[in-house]
Amino acid sequence: MRHRYVAIRLLQTIPVLLGVSVVVFYIIHSAPGDPIVNMLGIEATDENVAELRAAYGLNEPLYVQYFNWLGDVVQGDFGQSITRERSVAALIASRLPATLFLAFASMVIATIIAIPAGILSAVRKGSKSDYSVTVGALTGLSIPNFWLGLILILLFARTYSILPPGNYVDPLQDPVNAVKHVILPAVTVGTAFAALLARQTRSSMLDNLNQEYVKMAKSKGLSSRKVFTRHALKQALLPVITVAGLQFGYLLSATVVVEQVFAWPGMGRLIWAAVRQQDYPTVQGTVLVVATMFVLVNLLVDIAYSYLDPRVSAS
Amino acid sequence: MSTERSTGVARTWRGFRSHKLAVAGLVVVSVVTVVGILAYVDDAYLGNELITTLHYSPFEPKFMPLQGPSLAHPFGTDTLGRDVFSRTLYGAKVSVQVALTAVIVAAVIGSPLGVVAGYAGGYVETVVMRLVDVLLGFPALVLAIGLVAALGFNLTNVIIALGIVYVPQFARIARSTALSVSNEEYVDAARGMGYSTPHIVLREVLPNCVSPLLVQASLLMAFAIIAEASLSFLGLGVQPPTPTWGQMVSTGSGYLTTAPWISMFPGAAIFVTVLGFNLVGDGLRDALDPRESGERRF
Repeated sequence: MRHRYVAIRLLQTIPVLLGVSVVVFYIIHSAPGDPIVNMLGIEATDENVAELRAAYGLNEPLYVQYFNWLGDVVQGDFGQSITRERSVAALIASRLPATLFLAFASMVIATIIAIPAGILSAVRKGSKSDYSVTVGALTGLSIPNFWLGLILILLFARTYSILPPGNYVDPLQDPVNAVKHVILPAVTVGTAFAALLARQTRSSMLDNLNQEYVKMAKSKGLSSRKVFTRHALKQALLPVITVAGLQFGYLLSATVVVEQVFAWPGMGRLIWAAVRQQDYPTVQGTVLVVATMFVLVNLLVDIAYSYLDPRVSAS
Repeated sequence: MSTERSTGVARTWRGFRSHKLAVAGLVVVSVVTVVGILAYVDDAYLGNELITTLHYSPFEPKFMPLQGPSLAHPFGTDTLGRDVFSRTLYGAKVSVQVALTAVIVAAVIGSPLGVVAGYAGGYVETVVMRLVDVLLGFPALVLAIGLVAALGFNLTNVIIALGIVYVPQFARIARSTALSVSNEEYVDAARGMGYSTPHIVLREVLPNCVSPLLVQASLLMAFAIIAEASLSFLGLGVQPPTPTWGQMVSTGSGYLTTAPWISMFPGAAIFVTVLGFNLVGDGLRDALDPRESGERRF
């Protein structure tokens, strides 16, 4: 049953990824400007342009161009950056670690804060701590991350020199410094994420605390601590995992903006620079890689969930 | 029929009014919207006379750059000596205009798609929902950036991009509501009475999907405001000299220690506005259907 579910989910992912690639290809194809004319400059003759266009396969019908491009992409060839003397694949490979490190650190910080906060808020529903968590979550959800980033820099880096204002350090080379440097950007990226997690933990915890089996366990004389840890908590955290997975896309969106605030040399800054410089092959490659990562994370979350909760694969 | 509906609205309003925070949110949202509309009218028809007479021009430098907050300039002045207060008021125009239009565009495209998919089922549903899955395959802001990169950085294109990005949100909710509504007895009755499918969809199914879609719209307004501000902050949205909150925060980020007011006040404007929309959305959700948990996505 479970294998069947995993197989079906895997098969469903293929058309989504193909669709994503069509959207990315089409978006960039419809972008203004002629890349060949841009490459050759205004002094190029019509013959030069026609020649180069044929050389790049831009004379072919659109669907042929798409399949040529897709064939290259599947082999890891995203083409050549127009503004930098490097292949898009090499650019992505050099930028991806910084973004993954930032996203991972944000997730860790958000989880450490949000899940206990959500549990506390549900267990003491109506108390002052519940109120603070609810208000805190609403604030975290409403604060624009780039503004929060600036406030954190102003407070912790400029006014009191407690933490550095970003600047990526490779965690494999200098783990201690890397952690110091990632704290402010990770808190900035993770705040809204933590807010969502805390809300989800609170509501799913409340749902479970009111369930029959919890009342039953209590009436059988189990201590509240045992009822809480063995029954309610385990069940309540399942939907939290799904929310965490679905919101991974939010983390990726947030890094694009926050990397700009903290001069973080990741994928977000690469996308931004490529868009500003109309470096379309790089835009195409980076957007495709980010979207693919997002789709695959969602797939993994679904599969993990089916192992944790057998009812999912049964339905 | 009409009395039934009006008591429904009255009940919702009573439920909404009992949430103090939701009412506070409504006040914030109304103030920002009125300021946005006034700025729009001033810009389009009055040649910026209104805001200039009331205060300083948001466009003309006064040659007093980087002045701190004072009575004359409550939010200080920016690098070119322009008044940050009047620019912040003006920024409401782009925020409200983009968020409102984008959410309407998304609702107008997404809701009918979802309702038709949910009601028709089968092949139609598969095609529509797979398209929705493809759009959901992108992190929202990354898709928006890709779209404005292709279309160009201006007001209309930011609206189009965010409108497309939020289509799946409406389609999904409309579909699941339509699915459950189409199994209701009154829909069966309409079918039995021989009404045509378009009639049933328009007169029976769609009106019953309105509440969850409305909640979704108000929560998405909050996201659309942040998304527009993020695009502007990155320089990929509405271009200068039109003041936008995101762009002002970005300009101020270079003067964080010497002139923090340039970025802090417009940032606070974004925060308060988004908070307002979130409060309204939460209040509306509780008032319309306490069980509905609502779907959020950035």
